[in-house]
Amino acid sequence: MRWGGLLFAGLLAAAAGAGTVPDDVAAGKALYLNTCGGCHSVDTNRIGPRHRNVVGRAVASIPGYDYSSALKKLGGVWTPARLDQWLSGTQKMAPGSKMYLELDDPTKRRLIIAYLRSVSASAMPEHSRMASQPRH
Amino acid sequence: MNEPKGDRRKFLARAGIATLGVGTASLFAGTAMSATTVRPSDVGVIQTALALEHEGIAAYRIAGKSGLLSPGTLKLALVFMGHHQAHRDSLAKLVATAGGKPAEPKTDSQYIAELKLGSLKSEADVVALATMLERGAASAYFGQITALKDPGLAKLFASISADEAIHWTTLNNAAGTPIPTAAYVFG
Ligand code: HEC
Repeated sequence: MRWGGLLFAGLLAAAAGAGTVPDDVAAGKALYLNTCGGCHSVDTNRIGPRHRNVVGRAVASIPGYDYSSALKKLGGVWTPARLDQWLSGTQKMAPGSKMYLELDDPTKRRLIIAYLRSVSASAMPEHSRMASQPRH
Repeated sequence: MNEPKGDRRKFLARAGIATLGVGTASLFAGTAMSATTVRPSDVGVIQTALALEHEGIAAYRIAGKSGLLSPGTLKLALVFMGHHQAHRDSLAKLVATAGGKPAEPKTDSQYIAELKLGSLKSEADVVALATMLERGAASAYFGQITALKDPGLAKLFASISADEAIHWTTLNNAAGTPIPTAAYVFG
């Protein structure tokens, strides 16, 4: 029983994407629909670019989406830590970007990023998450 | 979606009658906004908001022509579309006043693909999509207020957010979904 339980817990964690808890993903999805759903969808570009596989994806790399030059200049890859920085202040990170929404609540950012990891095939491992990055 | 369909229709029809006067009121919305001066740094925020309004208008217009909506629901959809058009006009005017070129709508086929409008099969599907879009819009408007430099523009964004919240509430009730018990519904 004991081993079975552990195995089951392990499977659940794996199913939700590395390092995220299923509850966080569900809460994050609800927040995502509410806070991001006006402009973004997971599978289609709308006012903003689609989010499937955003964790681990190069910044401003969706073909056919008309990115601002500010975001194109930013470079690099979206990690959970960089997403946290982005959602804390898009204009601080990429001044002149077309996204202005800010989320000052760290818990909401964490849950939404947990959801974004769950829709990303190559989600980053736990150690690269949040907090470790300095903020300005 | 617990209520029987007939009840939902009646609800929407009643809501439609109650909001009929709003179309006339929105004729005056443009004048209320004309005093706002736009700071250059705010133009980008307005352009993104304008893109959102274009999408909302297209969603209601295309869904309205789908034949999926009963007369009462259609009437309501057209009232909501009218609000979005009034928002669009205020925002576009502000961009033009600031010397910018207002963001243009995409093509209908782009909106159909991006919102998966082709997969809508029933009135309930349309109501569910509109509910999601309106909720996101209400939340997006007030979520961008802190990025604005001009208090008059912040007031306009709050006012638009409240309009979107009315749309969401009406649609949410029509679907029979309970109102969330926790406060700060939009974040
Ligand atoms: C009002 C509309 C709007 C809302 C709401 C919004 N975004 Fe965006 N988002 C955009 C736009 C527009 C862009 C493109 C920015 C650019 O090109 O400068 C963007 C870009 C992004 C990017 C960069 C993606 C890439 O391909 O490089 C991420 C990540 C992102 N948004 C996440 C979010 C999340 C998470 C939320 C919800 C908390 C959210 N956005 C809410 C409009 C919005």
